[in-house]
Amino acid sequence: MNPTNRTVVVTGIGATTPLGGDSASTWEGLLAGRSGVKPLEGERFAELPVRIAAPAAVDPESVLPRPLARKLDRSAQLALIAAREAWADAGYTAKAGEDSSIAPERLGTVIASGIGGVHTLLDQYDVLKEKGARRVSPHTVPMLMPNSPSANVGLEVNAQAGVHTPVSACASGAEAIGYAVEMIRTGRADVVVAGGTEAAIHPLPVAAFASMMAMSKNNDEPEKASRPYDKARDGFVLGEGAGVVILESAEHAARRGARVYCEVLGQGLSADSHHIAQPEPTGRGIATALQNLLDNTDLKPSEVVHVNAHATSTPQGDTAEIKALRKVLGDDLDHVAVSATKSMTGHLLGGAGGVETVVTVLALKHRLAPPTINIDELDEDIDADIVRDEPRPLPEGTIAALNNSFGFGGHNVVLALRTI
Amino acid sequence: MAYTQDEIVKGLAEIVNEIAGIPVEEVKIDKSFTDDLDVDSLSMVEVVVAAEERFDVKIPDEDVKNLKTVGDATDYILKHQG
Repeated sequence: MNPTNRTVVVTGIGATTPLGGDSASTWEGLLAGRSGVKPLEGERFAELPVRIAAPAAVDPESVLPRPLARKLDRSAQLALIAAREAWADAGYTAKAGEDSSIAPERLGTVIASGIGGVHTLLDQYDVLKEKGARRVSPHTVPMLMPNSPSANVGLEVNAQAGVHTPVSACASGAEAIGYAVEMIRTGRADVVVAGGTEAAIHPLPVAAFASMMAMSKNNDEPEKASRPYDKARDGFVLGEGAGVVILESAEHAARRGARVYCEVLGQGLSADSHHIAQPEPTGRGIATALQNLLDNTDLKPSEVVHVNAHATSTPQGDTAEIKALRKVLGDDLDHVAVSATKSMTGHLLGGAGGVETVVTVLALKHRLAPPTINIDELDEDIDADIVRDEPRPLPEGTIAALNNSFGFGGHNVVLALRTI
Repeated sequence: MAYTQDEIVKGLAEIVNEIAGIPVEEVKIDKSFTDDLDVDSLSMVEVVVAAEERFDVKIPDEDVKNLKTVGDATDYILKHQG
């Protein structure tokens, strides 16, 4: 078989999110329409214009042994927890090479973060200022480097085919999964642990995003703050967590008798080249990414029944995305259930593409589109069928879903998944 | 005040336990930090800095490479403590 035509499937999923410490509890939270957004307590947040965020529901330091946790930035801790869940969920019981299930040279990791180890960087700067250079941790660089989550997961599973970290702000997690698909498709690897992670709930990133006027300032009603598609949306809410999938060539999955969730058809990519941080208002770049996806895969627009939208709850971004979907899918968008799960999880930046891929895998598995909460009044510019408040059943038969992720810098990534 | 050998071994055991998670009772003078106690070269720097604070001693970088075992570190601290 031509290695460039290899089918890629999802065999495992893992997540730790503002709604739960694993993928099952995250999914339950989404179906229940629960918000993970909370007030930011403590003096160091007290003077900030934004005092809400969606922290990981389960503190990763309560899960990992302390000697391991203290050598990992919080973003890598979350990635490792999600990766362990996904690895076990795929039926792997040992590191690569310890049994015959996968050779280390055929196993890769691609785990991304938008910002990297910002807690480590800033905490160690505090140590430098307050206690001096001698006290700066020797683990600082391996902890703060953005490839640290991918590298640490690679060490955990003994991945030797390649350990990678694409960085594209809030599209990073989706770009990682797309990169992983290509690694398998082109024959570089048979199995790749792929996803995204982020842990940036620290006063500096919060203040910085707030300065950009990118975040909701609805400090009085945290659970109502993230409201994609609502007329009164006023920005995103910063979330924290990780989502990881195990991608595998269909032959490899079949050979070891693995349970298969769905197929990943591929990705559509583009760049806006419009502004470093503003979305292009007509959705031109997003439409290009969608069209590239359709041109480069055998996905038929009529198969698409669900979109996990990027929809971060910013006034411009949510609208541009729907315009692009309408432009490319045309009337086929009428039968697509569009969900904005960031209304519940907040925006996990580089973790978003990972978590939302896990969620999209579960939506196809259960044939259920998760709801979008907090739409009191739907923006009239949103010309699409938004799943509101309650989950909605998806049709029987072969169905496909899209997962959109876009990032500061103008990066657009569209992933397509389809039932087998 | 000067620390006794027993106090230093006990202190190092607590430091190694904190950094590498090795049970305190397994940290004995004949144990190698790298081979027996899961302390890699980066974590060794942490052990040294923690020991410097705890025992009021300076351990220059060029001396760290000679501290292979808990016994080596104990002897060094006994000799150099302030």
